[in-house]
Order: sequence, then C-alpha cells, then structure tokens
Amino acid sequence: MRLGHGARALATLAAVALPLGACATKQERPKSAAAKAPPEPYARDPYPSTYRPYPGVPTLVRNVVIFDGEGNRIDNGSVLFADGKIVAVGAAVEAPAGATVIDGQGKYLTPGVVDIHSHLGDYPSPQVQALSDGNEATAPVTADVWAEHSVWPQDPGFGRALANGGVTTLQILPGSANLMGGRSVVLKNVYARTMQAMKFPGAPYGLKMACGENPKRVYGSKNQKPSTRMGNVAVDRQTWAKAVAYKRKWDKYERDGGDMPDRDIAMDTLRGVLSGEILVQNHCYRADEMAIVLDMAKEFGYHVTAFHHAVEAYKIADLLKANGTCAAVWADWYGFKMESYDGIGENLAILEKSGACAMIHSDDENGIQRLNQEVAKVLSSARHAGIAIAPEVAWKWLSLGPAKALGIDRQTGSLRPGKMADVVLWNGDPFSVYTRPDRVWIDGALLYDAHDPKRRPVSDFELGQPGAGDVK
Amino acid sequence: MKRAILLLATMLAPLTIASAGAQTVAITGGTLAIGDGSAPIEGGTVVIADGRILAAGRGVAVPAGAQVIDATGKWVAAGLVSAVTDLSLVDADGVSESNDAGARSAPFKAAIDVSVAINPAGVKLGNERLGGVTRALVTPNAGGSIFAGQGAVIDLGADPDAVMRARAFQFVELGEDGGRLAGGSRPAAYASLRDAFQQAQDYRRNPAAFDGRSRDALVTRGDAEALLRVLDGQVPLMVHVERASDIRTVLGLTRDYPRLKLVLVGVTEGWLVAREIAAARVPVIAAALADLPASFESLAATESNVGRMRAAGVKVALMGGGGQQGDHVIRQYAGNLVAITRVPGATGLDWGQAFAAITSGPAEALGMGADIGSLRPGRRADVVLWDGDPLELSSAPVAIWIDGRPQPMTSRQTELRDRYLTPTEGALPKAYERR
Repeated sequence: MRLGHGARALATLAAVALPLGACATKQERPKSAAAKAPPEPYARDPYPSTYRPYPGVPTLVRNVVIFDGEGNRIDNGSVLFADGKIVAVGAAVEAPAGATVIDGQGKYLTPGVVDIHSHLGDYPSPQVQALSDGNEATAPVTADVWAEHSVWPQDPGFGRALANGGVTTLQILPGSANLMGGRSVVLKNVYARTMQAMKFPGAPYGLKMACGENPKRVYGSKNQKPSTRMGNVAVDRQTWAKAVAYKRKWDKYERDGGDMPDRDIAMDTLRGVLSGEILVQNHCYRADEMAIVLDMAKEFGYHVTAFHHAVEAYKIADLLKANGTCAAVWADWYGFKMESYDGIGENLAILEKSGACAMIHSDDENGIQRLNQEVAKVLSSARHAGIAIAPEVAWKWLSLGPAKALGIDRQTGSLRPGKMADVVLWNGDPFSVYTRPDRVWIDGALLYDAHDPKRRPVSDFELGQPGAGDVK
Repeated sequence: MKRAILLLATMLAPLTIASAGAQTVAITGGTLAIGDGSAPIEGGTVVIADGRILAAGRGVAVPAGAQVIDATGKWVAAGLVSAVTDLSLVDADGVSESNDAGARSAPFKAAIDVSVAINPAGVKLGNERLGGVTRALVTPNAGGSIFAGQGAVIDLGADPDAVMRARAFQFVELGEDGGRLAGGSRPAAYASLRDAFQQAQDYRRNPAAFDGRSRDALVTRGDAEALLRVLDGQVPLMVHVERASDIRTVLGLTRDYPRLKLVLVGVTEGWLVAREIAAARVPVIAAALADLPASFESLAATESNVGRMRAAGVKVALMGGGGQQGDHVIRQYAGNLVAITRVPGATGLDWGQAFAAITSGPAEALGMGADIGSLRPGRRADVVLWDGDPLELSSAPVAIWIDGRPQPMTSRQTELRDRYLTPTEGALPKAYERR
C-alpha cells in the first residue's frame, strides 16, 4: 500500500477530477442534490520537497567488487552512472566519451546506506535543551505533529553520517515518548538551507508509534493515562476508533461533497494510515507486544510496515513473516532497559533465516556512522551460530530493505539501472572494521571524497568553531 | 535445605575451576597480541603458570608437563579491559531497582565505594566476558555531587571473587556535568572541590573537631577520609572533562595539590591541548570515536583526537562501552582508530597502539600495568583465544582464561539464541527448551 510521488500526483489529480465528475452528474440529479457544494480536499503535501540533485559527471567505476543491494555480488565489475541515475552494472561496461573513470582495485562499491530510524535534525548536536525537538511529550497521542517541522538542517550529524557511514537517505522520526508520536520525514542526506530542500521527493510519510515502557513511563509518571501496557493499547484503540469514523466522514465528503467536516490535523494523519498512504513505523521491543499490535492493526484495518528496535523480533520471526511486517533492529544492543533484556546479536540473522523482512537501523547519531559495521557484527554472530548468510545478501539490510519499508525502493536502495545514483565506493571490504568510505555520490553528485577536503560538508553550526566540522 | 544445596554447589564450582587453573598451559602457534603496544607476533607461544603469564613470544619453550593448546590460525591476545563502565553494578540501566551506579539522594559522595555492590553473577558480566572482556574499571556515576565516589577494578571471571582492587580511584565531574551537579556553574564546581579538599585537611588536623555528621554537613567523615587518600596521591583522581580550557584548569590543580594523581576522562578536545597533557604526564581515558559536537564543551570533537594525543606523547586508553552496546564494543572502537589511518588528513593509531588502548592502557592509567592488561611475563593470565584478529568484526573468542582459569563459553545470550534458532515451538512450549 505504498504511494510514491507519481502515485500521489495521480491521487491528487483524481481528487481534483472528482468535482468535475460531480458537476457532470449534477445536471441529471434532482435539484436538492445540486445544492451540495463540491468537495475541497485538503492538501496532502503542503510542505513539498524542493530538493534538486546537484550536478554530477558521467562516472564509471571499474575493476571493483560490487554488492548491488539486491543480493548479488560481482567481482571485478563496473558501474556506470550519469545524469543522476544508474546506467549500467555488470562485468564489463564501456565508458562513454568524457566520463570520469575510477579504478576500483581493492575497493568495494555499494548502494548508499539507507537508515530507516534516525533523529538527526530533531535531536541534533549539540544536545542542548534549546534544540531538543524530538518528543512532543505533552500528550500520549500527538499524531498532529510532523518531525519535519522540528528538523534543523544544520545538524553536524548529517555530515558525519555521510562521510563515515555512507548514508545517503534517512528517515527522521519523532521520539517514542508517545503512543502516536507524529509523522516522520524522509531526507536525502544533502545539506540544504531548508528542510524542504532535503526532503526525498515523493517519499510517503510515516507515522511513528510506540508501545511498551516509554509511553507508560512518561505519562504514568505524570499520573496520566497510560500508566500501564493495557493503558497503552486502550488509548491506541480509542484513537483508532475515532480515526475510522473521521475517515468515513472525510471519504464521503471528498467523494460526494456537501458540508465540509471539521478538520483535525491529527486525524488527517491517522486517516492517511488507514487509507494506506502513510506507513506505520512502530517502536516496539517485546515479542508479545508486537503480536498485540499486529492484532490491533487488523482490528482497525491498517498495516504495520515495520517494528523498530524489535529486540525480541527473533522470537516471533514466523509471525512477522506471516503478517508481512518488517523488523528494523540494532546489531547487538541489549540490557539497557527491562524490555531490552533479552537482546541477542543473532536477532537479525534469525529473522533472515526465517524469511522475515529485516534490516539494520541506527537510532543513534554515532551508530549511523557505522551501520555497515553493525551488519558485519550480525554476520559474525550468524556465522558463529551456524547461520550462513552471504555478505552481498546482508547488504539488503542496509539499502533495499529499508528503502522498501520507506516506500522508496523504486527510486533508490539498489544499483538497478534507472534508480537514483546513490552510491558508495569503500576503500576495502565494507564489512571490515578497517574500511571507510572513499567517495559518496547522491543522485550522481560527488558529495564526499576522502581525498578532497573540499568535498566534505561543514554545517553552519561548526563553521568558525574549534575543529570546523572534523575536516581539519 | 534447597538453599543450602545451592550454596554448596556455588562453592564447589570455583574450586574445580581453581584446580584446573593450577595446570601449566602452553598456547602455541598463534598470532600473539601482547597488549603492550607492540605489533602482533606470528607463530608465538604463551605459557600460563599459577595464574600468571610465564612467557609470551616467538621461540618460547613449552615447559615439560604443560597442557599444550594448538592455536595455529588463531590469535592469542591479552584480555580486554573496559575502562569507565558500570558493568557489574547494573542489571538493566533503565531498571532503577537493579541499578547501583549512582546515588542521587545519598548524603555520601566521595565516600561511596562501589566494591561492595559488585555482582559477579550479573548476566551482563557473563555476556561481556564472552565478548573478550576480562577486566573492568568499574566507575560510579555522579548523582548528588561532583564526587561520584570510589571505583573498583574487577575481573570478569566466573567465580565469586570479582573485586581485584577496591577504592582504586576517585571519580569527579568538573565540566558541564560538574557545573550542573554543583548547583549550576563550573565556578561552583571548583568551589565545591576546593572546599571539600579543605575540609578533608581540617579533618586530618583535628578529627574530633570535625562536624561531618550533621544533616547539613557538606563533607561527611567518610568523604573526608576518601579525599585524604586522593590528596595524598594514594588513590588516583579521575576527572571527567571535555573542553580544552577545562583540561588546562584541571592540569593546574596540581599547583595547589601537588600529590594529586590525575587521570583525565572523556577529553574530547584533548588534541587542542595535547602537548600540555603530555608535559604534565597525565594519562587519559578518552571516548574513542566521539566526533560530534555533542555539547558546547566538545565543539572540537574529531575521530583524530586519540591519535593526535598519542602522537603528542599522551598515554591514551579508550573508555568502555557500557550502556546499550555492552563493553565488548571497545574492540570495534579500537579497530576504527586503525581504520582512520587510511583516511587522508585523519590521525589514528597503529594496530599495536590501538590494541594497547583497550588492554594495558586502562591498567597503566591506574598504575596497574605490572599486574594486568598485557601478556608480558608476570601479569595475571587474562588470555583470550580468538578465531581471528581481535579488532576485526568477524572474529570471536573461542577460549578464555582469567587469572589462568578457563572460563565457560556460554552465557544467557547464547541460551536465548539456542532456544530461538528455530522460533516456532516444537513438541512443547519454548519454556521447556533449555540446555
């Protein structure tokens, strides 16, 4: 139930076309019906992306080990990209006239890393109260807030994620204090003066939900509901019941016109979830709680796209698979709270072995700089547990898997011709601790080059401060 | 009755392990990582006798009667030492009932001694041992004062005898955290520090006249005693600071308190004052990869911090992981410092230095390098046999000795893993699946 940019444009067109249709039928209807005002749908994209790819040059990287992000490996392969798109991937690709040719001897080439769980921009560095904008922890349901209205584009973390982690796309989420924390936003990891100019064109929105300890602790400590896990689910269900009614009302209005129902910004988001336009990204640790959430989704008619953190996902890999719900997890975080007590390093490996949809995520401004290493740790745990997973298959956890769970896999996430040229050249095996990005391209534009200090971003915040953005 | 039997069992288990430890063991043919800063040695031998390293190197003879373990194709390395960690004080950080790392509302400050709370049976301790960590500098968190209290050095052996050195150091906050804890500013933190030192000296001069017991006493008698040990240089003072100017101020403390044995912790901006730290001969336990301006006291953060301090002659060890990632993450930190030696413009560590920063480095920061932290002769035999380069992510321990005693190679995490390798239930519920 994804809706990319093109699909959303179509949806808008259809909505715009509706009044015309209503007009066409109006004349055949009794006069009383003609009095109905035509529907005026509200804007689905009022803060639209103004991102434009930076210019690149046609580039051929050859003689390089390629993980294509779809599970394939090519040794001594070549990748050509031009005009911001992947052109060709294979054993031998000819360089067009004027192309920059890079010899990838000893290096690896992969799709850019996609992090489905980040708080860069809404919990930026420096971590001072004045910039702490990730949790609207004033009510347990704040589906009305949008993370993009908190994102500070000058977060130094974006540059570190690019240069050290090869991260080219990331989803910024509200925090997990609330049951329904608000909308997420997907960004291209390209510095800009405005949030809009970082927005991934056409990416669907997500709704951040949270179960477990955080909401019940935050509100329980204020002597408010929810203070228990059952309270969490009760508030969720009551809210979904309202959202179903809101959707019914607005669907009818946008179809038939008449008196415009009252607008509720929070309910707009939940209606978007119920109609499949907005993807549910659900913070949840414990296996039994995830199972309850899956039933709640069925009860109200929505789909959980992914459980995030999902420390116990390995215990219910079969259930997740059966529900088509992904798990976005750390490699080996554990033991920092009660609901993470059963974390193990094989979580992702057991999910993969069971055929469930799984991926790595960071939720951390340091971890996002090393997601390739986090996957390497999973591969090591897997191998030592007797689970065989090829490195090229594991790269799916870093790019195509998260791209799918963000609804942007037709645009990015693998080195398929026609997709965005979001590409990382690594100075060795990216699953070795001794490896770092050599170059990073986003939409074919070279935005990090280890050999050229001028191809390394310094955010406004760091400019003129000691160190100036780790370029020194 | 049941409890008596259980007690007997726990008493017997370590005895069995101890007798096994008496055996002389020679581990031959592996690549040695001594932990003293030297490069790896291929085809070396390590000999363990009476819980200590007898010899390690190439061409070392195998003593008659020794148990020989073939390590061909493997690495034989000094056990990792996690510095500045709450390991063994906490079962789950967010579960306050289980957390002994800090005491926000306690009247005691410098007097706090974590050694009494060390729990050798903690689940995390077993998990982290399996990650190759064999010792830890267990550190209290500051709660109601700039003084966090006295940390302990422990081993991670599967036995009840974990505390190796109690009251091994005093921990104090003197940067942003110190300012906050002292009531709102750095100057308040320094006023607090100097007053506490003054009161400790008052206590020494005339203990009978010292208050220390009234409800509003700023320094209790226990605090004063603990601080006298710091002032006399018997116990190192670990100071958490990040900003360059804070580092300079702390280094200046020895003008008034000449016997202080300082150890700097955190030190994100250390590279800006590396020469001064080196000249003062103050060891540093630094956050390895702190490269973000996480606060206004760490604006100059860079991954090159550790490498640049080392190049300027500072003795640098790495801080432990702890928290979400577990202490075993320190080898990943060390590996990354090797990685950046290949990034133009960055300064990292060579392999031997990086490995030393997580083995002998923390030990030497406390003056314990002659006893732990490396495979040099005479050290306690904390040895990890790895199936590859211990800094590489693909490697894992295959055998572990602590004080020469072989350690179990299972943990609660391996039990969970084994239970759920196939997530679906079999003939009985999962609760019936166990070793």
